Amino acid sequence: MKIPILRLGRVLLTSIQVDLSDADAMQFQGDLVTKISEIEAMGVAIDITSLEVVDSYMARVINDTATMARLLGAEVVVCGIQPYVAMTLVEMGRGLIGADCVFDLEQGLARLNERIRLRGDARLDDGE
Amino acid sequence: MAPSAATPVVPTRIQITEQMDIVRARAEAKRLVGLIGLGPSDQTRLATAVSELARNILQYAGKGQCEISNISTPAELGVRIVFEDSGPGIPDVACAMRDGYSTSGGLGAGLPGTQRLMDRFEIDSRPGRTRVSIALIRRRL
Repeated sequence: MKIPILRLGRVLLTSIQVDLSDADAMQFQGDLVTKISEIEAMGVAIDITSLEVVDSYMARVINDTATMARLLGAEVVVCGIQPYVAMTLVEMGRGLIGADCVFDLEQGLARLNERIRLRGDARLDDGE
Repeated sequence: MAPSAATPVVPTRIQITEQMDIVRARAEAKRLVGLIGLGPSDQTRLATAVSELARNILQYAGKGQCEISNISTPAELGVRIVFEDSGPGIPDVACAMRDGYSTSGGLGAGLPGTQRLMDRFEIDSRPGRTRVSIALIRRRL
């Protein structure tokens, strides 16, 4: 199960649309981090609107992926955490996700663009 | 095979022998719990708990099974899920229930986190047989 990673200039968009096995989740993490490094992405949006269950393993993978992306130099937003997922994660004691969270992909892109502008070290359309 | 919405086929037993079984088990748990009549937040709680406990079985025992039962009464809606394996057992259950304790390099959030999601949570573990029973009970509206 390969999660598509779309490129929009120096920003990467990825949307997890299916329930992932643990191996799929690790594969996704590797693919995304590799892609970030490859294109020196300034920002990454991870959309999890379709994920109906996020257990402690998946939460850790998302967390770790966000941390790795930041270590490389990319801004990260996590988009679309479902309300029941948020309730469950907090009840489990997973304060969660050390990344900025936003309601949807549109907000995510706006947030990324804003943060990248604030950084002032590159322009978004600097694609080549 | 497909159970009707009115009478879900439970108890339902799900074998856990490989990673995809975790995915299947949580999807099936969510579906059955919905048929039994619990709402979406409880479906998510139970599916998440199933995911955690099914992973534990795979990780520590290699294989096992879970069984989903309808324990509703005229006054209450209820679901019980029992996980069983014949692995090495949990050497120190009190330790395993502590946040941050793990023998596998994990976060140590699985068991205590699952317990917090559930109304009932029981572990009986010895070498060769581990049984974890969880349940959610809701007053009928």
